[in-house]
Amino acid sequence: MTTHPLLIRQARIIDPDSDYDAMGDVLVEGEVIAAIGPNLPAPVGADIVEANGLALIPGLIDLRVSVGEPGAEHRETLGSAGRSAVAGGVTTIALTPDTTPVIDQAALIHHLTTQGKARSPARILAVGALTKGLNGEELAEIGLMAEAGAAFFSQAQAPILRASVVKRCLDYARGFDALVSLRPQDASLAAGGVMAHGELAGRLGLKGVPALAEWIGLDRDLTLAAAGNSRFLVDQVSSAGSLPRLAAAKRANPLIAASVSINHLLLNCLDIGDYRTFAKLDPPLREESDRLALIDAVESGLIDIVVSAHDPRPPEEKRVPFDEAAFGSIGVETLLSGLLALVAEEALSLRAALAAVTCNPAKLLRAPFGRIAIGAPADLALVDLTAPIVVDLEHLRSRSRNCALDGRRLQGRVAATFVAGRKVFDRH
Amino acid sequence: MPALLSPPPAASARHFLSVQQLNRREAETLLARAQAFHRDAAPSANAPLRGRTIVSLFFENSTRTQASFEIAAKRMGAEFITMQPRASSVQKGETLLDTAATLNSMRADALILRHAASGAANLLARKLSCSVVNAGDGQHEHPTQALLDALTLVEAFGRLDGLDIAICGDILHSRVARSNVGLLSLFGARVRLVAPPTLLPAAVERWGAPVFTDMRQGISGCDVVMMLRLQTERMQGAYLPSPREFFRFYGLDAEKLRAAKPGAKVMHPGPMNRGVEIDSAIADDPAISLIEMQVEMGVAARMAVLESLIGGAP
Repeated sequence: MTTHPLLIRQARIIDPDSDYDAMGDVLVEGEVIAAIGPNLPAPVGADIVEANGLALIPGLIDLRVSVGEPGAEHRETLGSAGRSAVAGGVTTIALTPDTTPVIDQAALIHHLTTQGKARSPARILAVGALTKGLNGEELAEIGLMAEAGAAFFSQAQAPILRASVVKRCLDYARGFDALVSLRPQDASLAAGGVMAHGELAGRLGLKGVPALAEWIGLDRDLTLAAAGNSRFLVDQVSSAGSLPRLAAAKRANPLIAASVSINHLLLNCLDIGDYRTFAKLDPPLREESDRLALIDAVESGLIDIVVSAHDPRPPEEKRVPFDEAAFGSIGVETLLSGLLALVAEEALSLRAALAAVTCNPAKLLRAPFGRIAIGAPADLALVDLTAPIVVDLEHLRSRSRNCALDGRRLQGRVAATFVAGRKVFDRH
Repeated sequence: MPALLSPPPAASARHFLSVQQLNRREAETLLARAQAFHRDAAPSANAPLRGRTIVSLFFENSTRTQASFEIAAKRMGAEFITMQPRASSVQKGETLLDTAATLNSMRADALILRHAASGAANLLARKLSCSVVNAGDGQHEHPTQALLDALTLVEAFGRLDGLDIAICGDILHSRVARSNVGLLSLFGARVRLVAPPTLLPAAVERWGAPVFTDMRQGISGCDVVMMLRLQTERMQGAYLPSPREFFRFYGLDAEKLRAAKPGAKVMHPGPMNRGVEIDSAIADDPAISLIEMQVEMGVAARMAVLESLIGGAP
């Protein structure tokens, strides 16, 4: 079957990588972008999409998505995660390895990528476990998994208790030029905590996770990553006090990057209110001052990428007392609208917001997508940047309903999404 | 999962979850009713809760609190059913909300809940069509204890306004402390908190009560010293070095009590660890101790709460 060329006409083309922002057309031939410019002639037999002034942006790349596959398909499958993603303009998702079984060998990486191609409309990237079974002790087969196409290596939420193990993981991964991502958290200080340490935790009678658990974990990991000149991604900074530490480490080793979840840019610990378990997140939501500092860090580029931290949980894990509830919120479908809401309230520039979910994660992965450029894969989203929306969990496409942003007014609606030149989502 | 999809309870179901829900007028009304019930020890002739069904569900043992609620309910003419979570299907993996659905179908008028998780009563209140009374949720609140403590104090001193009250011991894990700070302050008492730093909650200085780590300073000039129960598992090194070191610095004995106002009274929500947080000589001295009186006031306080929630016509 031959594919027709695709011409998207009269779009506001925004490419954060080249800082391009102008009205024009984009021509796609096969899987890649063939031409960009005003009034492109339509090739014979081309499919035409009239953008009517909507924004055309690179498809989003979300580097932290948890699904239940394999092992807990009632939470989320590759298919349901992919459909949620493309409905939110996300064209690539990287899956955390904390499944059953843990993604800690090449066969499982291969399984996920092939299954992903067959069943998910979004690109699926498999993240390999850094240690066997995420046990935090023994190196997993990083080389073989890298060869099988693992995007990077992480521990998901599982800690590595010993600095010696972190050092060995980083050293070994460097031999394969592999990217390593770790959650900065001292496990002993965080133990048993269910929300941010502070006044509200004290009043609600809930055990808190102090911000210094993140600082101490970060100090250890950044010291090792800087000394080893490692490709390193700090997974989900949550506290303002982490930012100066991050800045210093990035000066020492430019290969260090950091992420933040969209939840931490939109919510603070008060959103827990009357024991709302949907706002029980790990890392926990912190103070408003932390939220504002994290937004500034995305704007300045100190924090490189924004992730959804999509973590689908069934009711039996969330509709229970707060102490017993699972951490996490779904979010891949609302990631873009969350960022555009911050743009609308002038907390973030459009360029910084989009770069954090397109070219920045692409550069981190050394991937060809995430930009609108001739020869780049045609992963694109056509978006009404200013449409107001209200998040309604009954209409989200995830298999799970645990949405911390339920009822929030956000902004921006995806009209259509393309992966490798093929339309994978059309709102109408 | 019908329980999870059922509509929220009727707005008319009222709950008693936290002292934070009360304003001063409501608190004074409750206290006045409790006083009336206390003075009129015989059950009210018209049995205001006749025809009502009250279910108690205690996931943590507390014979005393449960009995106190049962007596209160029966004095007012209500049916009182004790569900035994240990023997029931909770042990078979049934969630708290499954239990709630069962309760809804039983058409009880009120549920008395004790649970080890903070916020458990709030969770059930959102899902149940009957009134929920929080009889202690984790480390959050124990609002009927605070009301009975207020009743005890007003009976002993004739007032609450302007009393200096030191709450001492394991503030961090104490739901009694959280409820009492809120309620006693609402009545105009001046509350202080005394504890070693490892047993103080985060940002406790924002509770509106001065905080002391030195016991003598903390109780200096107080009208009332309220001791809290120290859980055994906190004593063995994680939060405190040993029971004897705790007793030496934070246990209430006659010598430390001299720092308080002459004639100061002593309270304890029970059950006591004698020789750990309180010396028996103090606890058992009727001239000093209000502890027995606290137990006695529990019934009247709980009658007032039940009446306020379901005392109208069924």
